[in-house]
Amino acid sequence: MPHKNLKLNEPTGDEVKTTTCYMCACRCGIRVHLKNGRVRYIDGNPDHPVNRGVICAKGSSGIMQHYSPARLRKPLLRVGERGERKFREIGWDEALALATHWLSGIRARNPDELAFFTGRDQSQALTGWWAQQFGTINYAAHGGFCSVNMAAAGMYTFGGSFWEFGEPDWEHTKYLMLWGVAEDHDSNPIKLGLGKLKARGAKIVAINPVRSGYGSIADEWVPVNPGTDGLLAGALIHELLQRDRVDFDFLVRYTNAHHLVIRAPGAADDGLIARDAEGRPLCAVRDFSGRRSGAAEGGIRDPVSFHPSTKTLDSGSSPRDVRNDEKNQWDFALNDATQPDISPLIAGTYTLPDGRQAVPAFQLIAERFLADDYAPDHVAERCGVEAATIRRLAAELAQVAFEEAIELPIAWTDTHGRQHDTMLGRPVSMHAMRGIAAHANGFHTCRTIHVLQMLLGAIDTPGSFRYQPPYPKPAPPGNQPAKSRKPDGTLDGNPLGYPQSPDDLLVDADGKPRRIDHAFSWEYPLAAHGLLQSVIRHAVDGNPARIDTLFLFMANMGWNSAMDTTLTRKLLCERDANGEYKIPHIIYADAYDSETVAFADLVLPDTTYLERYDCISLLDRPISDAESAADAIRRPVVAPDRDVRPFQDVLLDLGTRLKLPNMADADGQPVYRDYADYMVRHERTPGVGMLAGWRGADASKTGKGEPNPGQLQRYLEHDCFFEARVPEAGAYYRMANRDYLEWAQSMGFVASPAPITMQLYCEVLQRFRLAARGHGAVQPPESERARVARYFDPVPFWYAGNEGETHPSPLGRKAGCEDPMSRNGPEGTEPSSGASRKGKGGAVAPLLPEGEGKTAFPLSAITQRPMFMYHAWGSQNRWLRQIAARNVLYVHPATLAAAAIGDGDWAWIVSPRGRMRVQVRTHAGCAPGTVWTWNAVGKRRGAWKLAENAPEVADGFLLNHLIGERAADRAYANGDPVTGQAAWFDLKVRLEPDPDPGAPGHRVELAV
Amino acid sequence: MTRLPPPANKKLGLVIDLDTCVGCHACAVACKEWNDGGAFGPLPDDDPYGAEPHGVWFNRVHSYEVTGPGTRDPAPAAPKLPDPSASGRRASAVQSRESCTAEAPVPGPRSPVPQMVHFPRSCLHCETPDCVTVCPTGASYKRAEDGIVLVDEDKCIGCQLCAWACPYGAREIALPPAKPRASDAGHKDSKRGTMQKCTLCVDRIYNETLDERDRQPACVLACPTRARMFGDLGDPESTVSKVVAERGGYALMPEFGYRPVNRYLPPRPRREGAHAAAAVEAPTEAILDTERLPPLLRWLDKALSR
Repeated sequence: MPHKNLKLNEPTGDEVKTTTCYMCACRCGIRVHLKNGRVRYIDGNPDHPVNRGVICAKGSSGIMQHYSPARLRKPLLRVGERGERKFREIGWDEALALATHWLSGIRARNPDELAFFTGRDQSQALTGWWAQQFGTINYAAHGGFCSVNMAAAGMYTFGGSFWEFGEPDWEHTKYLMLWGVAEDHDSNPIKLGLGKLKARGAKIVAINPVRSGYGSIADEWVPVNPGTDGLLAGALIHELLQRDRVDFDFLVRYTNAHHLVIRAPGAADDGLIARDAEGRPLCAVRDFSGRRSGAAEGGIRDPVSFHPSTKTLDSGSSPRDVRNDEKNQWDFALNDATQPDISPLIAGTYTLPDGRQAVPAFQLIAERFLADDYAPDHVAERCGVEAATIRRLAAELAQVAFEEAIELPIAWTDTHGRQHDTMLGRPVSMHAMRGIAAHANGFHTCRTIHVLQMLLGAIDTPGSFRYQPPYPKPAPPGNQPAKSRKPDGTLDGNPLGYPQSPDDLLVDADGKPRRIDHAFSWEYPLAAHGLLQSVIRHAVDGNPARIDTLFLFMANMGWNSAMDTTLTRKLLCERDANGEYKIPHIIYADAYDSETVAFADLVLPDTTYLERYDCISLLDRPISDAESAADAIRRPVVAPDRDVRPFQDVLLDLGTRLKLPNMADADGQPVYRDYADYMVRHERTPGVGMLAGWRGADASKTGKGEPNPGQLQRYLEHDCFFEARVPEAGAYYRMANRDYLEWAQSMGFVASPAPITMQLYCEVLQRFRLAARGHGAVQPPESERARVARYFDPVPFWYAGNEGETHPSPLGRKAGCEDPMSRNGPEGTEPSSGASRKGKGGAVAPLLPEGEGKTAFPLSAITQRPMFMYHAWGSQNRWLRQIAARNVLYVHPATLAAAAIGDGDWAWIVSPRGRMRVQVRTHAGCAPGTVWTWNAVGKRRGAWKLAENAPEVADGFLLNHLIGERAADRAYANGDPVTGQAAWFDLKVRLEPDPDPGAPGHRVELAV
Repeated sequence: MTRLPPPANKKLGLVIDLDTCVGCHACAVACKEWNDGGAFGPLPDDDPYGAEPHGVWFNRVHSYEVTGPGTRDPAPAAPKLPDPSASGRRASAVQSRESCTAEAPVPGPRSPVPQMVHFPRSCLHCETPDCVTVCPTGASYKRAEDGIVLVDEDKCIGCQLCAWACPYGAREIALPPAKPRASDAGHKDSKRGTMQKCTLCVDRIYNETLDERDRQPACVLACPTRARMFGDLGDPESTVSKVVAERGGYALMPEFGYRPVNRYLPPRPRREGAHAAAAVEAPTEAILDTERLPPLLRWLDKALSR
């Protein structure tokens, strides 16, 4: 008899503990099976709302992350030079005493001398609050590198966002368009959803220069050229407008399409929304003489009659085309645009009571996108998508949205109190991520996609893209970045937020940046996530001011969370004339021995995700889906076997030692015992804390309620998550759904159940543009005016990114030595293409890549994230690195042949910044003008406890070395001029053969 | 040599949907994790943090690029795998892409646009496998009750005849290292020198200590697009048999005559334009004469309701 030792009924372990995964940003529910005190097995929790039991390659390999030899084991004090990786192990008392010594001096002198930046952590609700208590404005996480274009464009446009803050209606959508969707965020929910769509026969279109994971199962792959998505979306809008395939009723009900925009060139309110005395936006409504409708009655304020002859159009038509005799009978009135049951007009020019003219916002959108600039034939070559394909895609979108509309039998009440028996759905959904975000035109591109969604009536309707609670919020949300300190040294708010006008910027009296990363300055006014990638350069330059301590948590800024990585590593070690480091102190907290550890003066070792409490809070980055508001915790599943401490506990401990308000009491004793205690007892506003579930003394309250000492126990008993279902009547139309908004208010998500008006036309942007034109109390310095005026266009537009012109950035640059003229932009302020600007030396350099940059560096180079790895962690995992221990450069076969390089050759990838020797492979599934590689697989020798000859080190490479941190003229970061988002997908390169293509070996050679 | 059991009605196996597999490797790693600590583990790794990390996997995912216009006969052709001995050892080093020119093991029409096909590969639990009959010790055997092919480690002498007999590259073995590796200190290595392979998670599917819903192979539970199904392919009424019938599920390389039990579902036809060909022409009222009437003029008097 075979196999006498076959055991089929062995228990998996002694104990199962549920918690939340941290192998990427999905936050799936996991079950950790323990055996003899060790982790034996981790699988997906079938009862968890995020992953429904599935688990990805990263999640399953978490066991090897937890037992990684790269885990830090004890606090470290640097004993060699920075970068040498020479440390002495010290105890926690010594480590925390030293950190307290540095930080207490800073707080007494000037809290802004602390720059506190965190990486991909999920505790910004804590870290941002801590920075606020410390009093430094110099705080942010890594969103400026990663996603802020999407967050800002979404928040300023519709009070929601792509990424993981909204989702396609997986149950009802018939057509899903994926724009540059990365496979590393929300990945299990997206994969589950794609599986549903495939089973149901919905069409999936992947717009992406690279056909990798999701694209490989899509029905259609559209290999768009990187950075031209906005142009493609604009061409789709052009087609929809041309063919009248627009959901006008959706526009006037839920957006500001009908709001009248003042047209008064030169005036201080040019381009702002016309408002009545009470500040309510105005629109024009049809007004039949002598028989005003009851609905309009009462809503009309200061009615103004229009004569047909005053109606003209700006789009090239002559007045005689405007009217015919029959329609001459009509008059028009101004009306409160927020009133229900009116019949607003969305085209034409109207005269305001003061005699000035105004046009509906929709007309400005239409004028922009009906222009030939956005005609499919015009954009086809640049986008790399045939005009016929663009027209067909537009027709498909319209076909599904309008001919295949759906209606769900869900009764609901809108914010005007009107009751509806059903919900009309436009079953077209879109999703977008890093392929849109990581370009210097990402903000406007993302806004263009949102405009496309709005024109189709496809935001938060059945079958379309849906908000996830706590969104929608007002567009933009009402929290502005803190600007000043209170007498106790704390900031008057969170350091990050959404500026509403130039008054909210963090600039000094001369209009210069106040923050070390120049966020919320005239350089990047809407930098809602900060600019992690610029911190080190500015800190070394002392621009705007000296930093004493750079405190980093999980931000691998010495490697893949930097651009111009080689230079960044040198900057971290740079010394002043006295031989002192220009950044006097660097404290780094991480669980692993990453590349950045080498540059730290003091290393605070964190635990793994299975050894601590964490909080995935609705105040931060919750695990909600469209059906429910949800949050989660992590819990210590096993005890650390090393002398490490949870970073959150350490942060609170430091706060106590520093006697920070709300962390130390009058006696200097800790207000919170540890992070677990903080998660339960801390209240952000009365009744609102880190966790929404089981609040109130008897655990009966949801969302808002006094702290419940037993709250964590409830979470532990409920698989570490809490879920509050959205009421059924609130399922869709949440921007104007009373049932939803009242529930959201009860949960503490919105201050009032007022409707949220989507900003087809973004008036906030116009406020900045007006300042650039010389209006208002806070105006940009002369050198910034043209740039602000150009990019703060309230109507989205497309322009080319700037990386093709990035210049080398030598170390010897002095702060503030740029010729201010080099920042001058064009005199004209609204060109949508073909604009020019003055480069260094006054020469006019084209902004579009038709100039020298195009011929010298004709290819786009981008990265993708492998689905089995997340950021830098994955490739030190003993299982995942067996799937890929190195990366290669993938090139279209025709492109490779044209460069006289063979498949498998070693060759050079060259950017303006320098060149790298890499191995190339053919990949027909990429746009011919695009080369790509996996991100962050390449590792620095000595880091992550990998062998010296590991493939990650010897053969793999990090593309970041070739990406300039500065834009072409060096005055600005290589990023989006609205948000500052790093434009790492704007990299332009060329390929050159190597004389010895068969000899392996990676190396980097940078221009000096 | 080892005898096969008499043919049985029950044929447990996997159905893998190549239409929805995104190549994420979730199944492969979940498999590695379960089995590393399970009844058939550990699954040893060589040089895990060094120059040539390589270990035993029961399930690997290979990604192919399928290019070229025209269609092929959708009848089960003879899809050709790359050399399994090569794909077993270092296949995954470079994005798991064997090569752009490799014939992907997928029958059916080819798209004129390059397509990626992700192909998970594990033991097919053949009905008449040579990997069993060549075994000199009886270590490699096929279970009579459900058709699962297993290796009894106590009898395996590591001769590797079975691996040579299997054309699918489904069997893997870790040999004892020439010298101990410092970086691998402490990791369990007891299975070195014996053949290892997919067990269909036989230590899960009958395991009464697990919830009933968890009595599935780890790869099936893990799959994020739900592209993997487990069941009795000998029962025509089973869910897996029905989906195979409905979707034209096929056996891999049937010409070898080993009668694989596992089935692959081919990619569905992709709709690159067909869906909308009608839409472009159909609603004529929507396609206005834009020469005669510019859009902005059309909207001047548009009656809307707010």
